[in-house]
Formats: sequence, structure tokens, C-alpha cells
Amino acid sequence: MDQHHTDEQKFRFQGTGRDLQKKLLTGWYDRLESAADDGRKVAYLFVPGNVAEFLRVFDFELVFPEVNALQCGVRKISGDLILKAEDIGYSPDVCGYVKNDIGMMLAGNTGPSGHKLPKPDLLLCTYCGCTTFIKWFEALAHFYDVPLVMLDVPYMRSGELGKDDRDYITAQLKELIPLCEKITGKKFDHDKLKTIVGHSREAEEIWVQMLHAAKHRPSPFDAYFEAVFFMAPIYVLRGLPECTGYYREAMKEIDERIEHGVGPIPEEKVRVVIEGPPPWPHFRAFWEMLKKWGVCSVASSYSKVGGFWDHGFRHDPDRPLESIAEYCLTCYTNLSLPMRTDLLRKYAEEYSADAILIHSVKSCRSFSVGQADMRDQFTRVWDIPTLLVESDLADPRYFQAAQLRNRIDAFFESLEHKRLVQA
Amino acid sequence: MTFEEQLEEYQRIIGDVSFPTVKKWKEAHPAGKVVGMFPVYTPYELAHAAGMLPVGLYGAGGMVEIDHADSRIQSFVCSIARSTLELGLRELTKDFDVLWFTSICDVARNLSGVWETNFPKQAVRYIHYPQNMGSPAARTHYRAELRELVTMLEDAGGRKITDDAIRKSIALYNEQRRLCAEVYEIKRNAPWILSTYEAYVLIRVGTLMPVEDHIPILRSAIASIGERKRPPRDFVRVILEGSFCEQPPLELLKVLEESGCAIADDDLLLHTRWFTGEVPEDGDPLGALASAYIDTTRYSSVRHYGPRSRKAEFLKKIREQNVDGVIFAAPKFCEPALLDYVLFKDELEKAGIAYLGFEYEEKMGVFESIRTQAETFVESVMFFS
Ligand code: SF4
Repeated sequence: MDQHHTDEQKFRFQGTGRDLQKKLLTGWYDRLESAADDGRKVAYLFVPGNVAEFLRVFDFELVFPEVNALQCGVRKISGDLILKAEDIGYSPDVCGYVKNDIGMMLAGNTGPSGHKLPKPDLLLCTYCGCTTFIKWFEALAHFYDVPLVMLDVPYMRSGELGKDDRDYITAQLKELIPLCEKITGKKFDHDKLKTIVGHSREAEEIWVQMLHAAKHRPSPFDAYFEAVFFMAPIYVLRGLPECTGYYREAMKEIDERIEHGVGPIPEEKVRVVIEGPPPWPHFRAFWEMLKKWGVCSVASSYSKVGGFWDHGFRHDPDRPLESIAEYCLTCYTNLSLPMRTDLLRKYAEEYSADAILIHSVKSCRSFSVGQADMRDQFTRVWDIPTLLVESDLADPRYFQAAQLRNRIDAFFESLEHKRLVQA
Repeated sequence: MTFEEQLEEYQRIIGDVSFPTVKKWKEAHPAGKVVGMFPVYTPYELAHAAGMLPVGLYGAGGMVEIDHADSRIQSFVCSIARSTLELGLRELTKDFDVLWFTSICDVARNLSGVWETNFPKQAVRYIHYPQNMGSPAARTHYRAELRELVTMLEDAGGRKITDDAIRKSIALYNEQRRLCAEVYEIKRNAPWILSTYEAYVLIRVGTLMPVEDHIPILRSAIASIGERKRPPRDFVRVILEGSFCEQPPLELLKVLEESGCAIADDDLLLHTRWFTGEVPEDGDPLGALASAYIDTTRYSSVRHYGPRSRKAEFLKKIREQNVDGVIFAAPKFCEPALLDYVLFKDELEKAGIAYLGFEYEEKMGVFESIRTQAETFVESVMFFS
């Protein structure tokens, strides 16, 4: 038997996570494209703390503008779209996701995959930790001339989940029911909500297992560069049975990797925790810069951007609306800065990381303001080697490859040196 | 002291980053607490009811170099956030016991987190203002938020705050808001008698002293202004929009006025004109403040306007003020201002109203380009519209 054949037998699930993800997302975009044909209603909302389960009760098709924006980034078309938005007056200094989205709309609203995107019937601004979300949807309401509804999610300002905050969100969801019924012509069905929430819960269980798998040495997967693909279904298809099915299949791939002791890179030399969104237009290049040093990300905050399950939270069919409210409150973007700093520090400990890498993006002040202070805390107070690099999540103009490479090389070289000395 | 000499004195106080009035107050009230209020609107009444001194924290106005804050907050962030932190790191805010930041933007929010980490001796609170104005639950939630602020102040001050004390404070701040509105009325109707620059100094100084001291200052200023004999001038009437948080350099206001603009209305120091009516002085005081925020707040880029449209209010203001154009002056890197600019200017283009847009920074030193732009704008409005 040749080597190739043996590997095929050993790695029966190789690529499953990626291939199935692509298939599911293409199916989702297909459904969006044909939504207008058979009168299905469309809701736009944001990924962080999204209330997908609630909207699925009314059979809304869901559009997530940041997902379109990040995909435009990956396909390297965000630069042109951003310029289109700047042509109508948007400043070079405002969020690249917003400009990408407005640019896409100005260009006829064809999505990154070539699918035509439907217009919104409902703009539901789920305000979970990003004020720019509000401005973004105000702009969409202006250009599409459709009503905007706000789901106001208080920030985790006291460091813990407050009952007042949860009750406020639950009350707002209840207040939203008549409008959703009016738009879709479908009645709110509590049992249906429980079923949907149950699907979410199942998928969440497996997703958490996958994230925790990175505690293995070597880590079976990269909790940043791969997790951003693995995480798509949990954020955009959550509540659907195919989302749960996805995680069952994808987990097989991870288990198989653990069984054979392999990870995303040939040899894991440095384990890092990564903070911040990726530079989508230069995703590969950024990963290569780190792979060169045998760097594997074992935990990341970006994979928690939409929702946070690590500490035990699950959507709960017995308290569907309350658990949706808790989900909104606890997504990463809604955590206070001290909570974020603490979480990353704990990740470094739990996942036996050697360093923390902060990718600070100009576009997103919600993420980036205070990251320099985080770095200071990690290095000064906790003695964790930390590298902070800057570029952007959507705007290719801010990705300075040579400069970035130099910083990364210098950092990991010194880390390697320190280890040699210590050994 | 003449009124003009007084204005000079107020300007000196505003420009002194060592907060001399706060120091003086602390000397007179050794056990007294100071509450720093980051813009745009903060319920000053509560701090006042606690017997504390609420103080506006408006950055450093270009008076300090950003050295220390650079290692905490990146360079692509507005100057007020960076310079406020710089004041803290230089120990210029050490007289402050409590700091309040509000849900105006992600920068102010994260600044509250940075502050919490770096100044553990000061009590920091990030206040969540409701954004879902159409929701009955928003009222209940915001009232509970105000209650928590009261508890925070009670803890800091070591004594209870009564409803009666809050009602009295509301009455005083109503009076201050009434007088500020009067000042604005004067500059709107007769800009040659009172410039925006002067009105700004007069009102801004009030953020650095007890409201009881500011009220007589406003009263006597209004009387002095009434006695001024200045001939009417030809102006282009404009609205100044976008300067609601980071303060434009005083020089910038002067340059605009010297170029021939009369600023009929603006969003400077908005907290003194935040409500369109008076906050009720009887009944449940926290309920009154909550309802005032939800029902009677002026439009601003940092507050979602609910089912009503901010653009409609903006256009209404233009019509009511009978202005010839709009000047958008936005702080560099300020997303709330820069994102709204596009929508507002779109409306102006549809309505055929002239506008000029530019960005500013606290430490801006050269205004020639803005002067030229403003003069060209004034000429084009005067001769071609
Ligand atoms: S100037 Fe703008 S961005 Fe800066 S703190 Fe104020 S509102 Fe936020």
C-alpha cells in the first residue's frame, strides 16, 4: 500500500469542516437570492449577539452585513467598494466594513459570491457592543428607505450579567413580536421557538468541544485562522438542524486529527492567543507570516465575536427568550475592556500559550481602543510576552506587509532566543 | 471687571489644564468629592444632589503633548480621548473621585475601561443610555440605571441622597439650562452683539464650577450683553454641526465668525441645551430625568433617535433658524460625526442648501486653510444663492 493510500485511510474526514461549510454557506446565499421570488421576508441584523432563533420563528431569511463585508475582504474586492463609499463622502477614517457594505449597495448589492442580495424588509439593529452598528443601520435605513428597529443591549459595564439588563432585552423581544408578525404574516409560536433554541444548544455543545480541543498538544486546529471558518455556521445558521449536523461532521475531522497527533502546521513550536479580527484581504499572507515560526493559535477572541459559550452559557429551550437575552449580553464585543483583558490572560493560562498576539484594526474602535493598554497589562503585570501589530479588517491600504513581517519576525525570534537561553 | 475682562478670565480658566477652580473647591470642601463628566450629556443633577462637584471633562484642548497616553491608546483615535487620558496619566485629574463616561461611542466606552484599569482609586462608571426609544421597557431600564448611579454616589460620599435633594438640583439645572437658552437666543437674533466664541466661553466655564456660582454669572452676563452697543453686521447665517463631543479650538470658532459666518445654532456643549423642555421639578425625580432623556432630548449624533428621524429634526432646525447654510466641523476620527455627515449632506443636497465640511483636532495650530474655505463659502452663499 502506498503512503498516499495509507493517509487516505487515516484521514477520512480531512477537509470536511471546510467543504461542508462552503456548501452550507452557498446554500444560504442561494436562498437569499431567491427570497424575493417566493415572497420570503428578509431581516438584516449583525452577528454579535444575534437573535437568529427569534427571527427564525417567523421564517425570516437572515442577512448579516459584516459577513458580506468580510467575504468581500477575503475575495479582495473590499478595496474598490470602500472607495465607492468614500466617493459619496465617507471619511477614510471610518469603519471599513460600513464602507464596504455601502459600496456594495451602491454597486447594485451583488454579494461577494456573485449572488444578488435581497433588500431588507426589517432592519434589526442588534446593538451588542458596537456603537457603529447603530450608525451603520441608520445609513442603511437612509439608503433603502426602510424602517429601523433597535434591539438595545446594555454593555457589560459592571462586569457581570445584570437582571435588569436581561429583563430589558426580553421585554424588547416581546415588544417586537407584533411587528414581525405583521411583516411576515406568521404568528409567533412559542413551541417553535423552543425547538429552534434546542437546535442551537446542540450545535453549541459541539462547538465548545471543538474550541476546547485546542488544549491538546499539538493543537488539532488553529483557533484563529481555522476557527473563523468553523465558526460561520454557529453564527449565521444557528437554530437550523443543518447547523448541528455541520458540527457533528466537522468534529469528526478534529477528533481524527487528535487521534493522529496532527495539527494545522507540520510542527507546533509556539502556542499563541490571538486578539482582534483578522486582516481579511490579506488573511493568507498574515497566516503565512506566523506559520513560518511554527505558530499555532490555541485560543482567540474573534471566534467569540458573535457569542460566548466557554463559561457554560447555552441557549435554553426552557427559558428561550431569557437565554437569547443572555446570549446578546455576553458575546465578546459586549464585554467590558477589563473583562476582555482578564479573559485573554486566562486563555493564555488554560491553553498553555507562550504569548499573546494582538491584531489591532483601525476600522473597529470597539475592538482596538484600549488594546495598547491590554498589551501593557499583559507584559507588565502578567509577564506574558505580547505583540501588538496594526492593520485593518477590510481596508487593504492599511496592510503594510514588510513592516508587519519585520515586527512578527523580531518578536518570535526573541521568543525563540529566550527559550534557548532558558533551556 | 468689565464683561469683556470677565470673558478673558473665563477663557484663562478653561485653558488651564490644572483645573484651578476644582482645586479651589477642594480646598474649601476638604471632604468634598468631585465627579468628572465626559461629554456629551451626563446627569449633573445627581452629583449635585450628592453635595459633590460635577466637572466637565473635555480633554486638554491642545494644551498638553500626548506622551504617556500614546502607549495606551492608538493614534487613530480622536484627540479628546487621548488627551483626557493624558491628563489622567499626568496626574492632573487626581482631584477627581468619580468619573462618568456614557454610551456615546466605542471610544468613550473603552476609555472608561482603560481608566478603570489605570486609576483604581477613582470610581468609574460607564452609563448606558437607552437606544430603543420606542420601547416602554427603555424607561424602566434607564430609571434603574439612574438609581445605580445614585447608589454609586452614595457609596462614594458616604451619605444618602434624598429625592428632595435631587428635585432641588433639577430645579437649579433647569434654571441654568433656561439661561443658556437665553444666551443662545441672543446670539441667534443679534450675532453682532454676542459671538458664538463668547457664548461658548461663558457657558463652558460653568462646567468647571458649582451651578450656584454659574447661574449669577449667566444672569449678569445677559444684562451686560443687553447693554452692548454694536452696529448690525452682514452675516451668512449658518448652523455648526458635528462638534458635540471633542471641543473645536477656540480659534476655529473665531475664524469662522471673522470669515462672515453667524452661527445661529450649534451642537457645542450640548448638555446645557440637551432637553427641549424643562425637567419636571415634582414627583419622582429619577423618573423625570429618565422620561426627559427619552422624550425631550434634542437630536444628536450620539443618540439613536428612535422611530423619529434625526435627519428630519436636522432639517427642521435649519428651517426654524432660517439659515443660509451648514458648516460640518467634525473631530478627526470621530465616527458618530463623520458617519452622520454623509446622511446630513445628502439631505442638504436634495434640499439645495449650501454646506461646507472639514475636520479639526484639538491641537490644530494653523487655520488658514479653513479661513480660506470659510471665506469662499460665505462669498458663494452671499453672491450666488
Ligand atoms: S470625539 Fe467622537 S469618537 Fe471621540 S469620544 Fe467623542 S464621540 Fe467618541
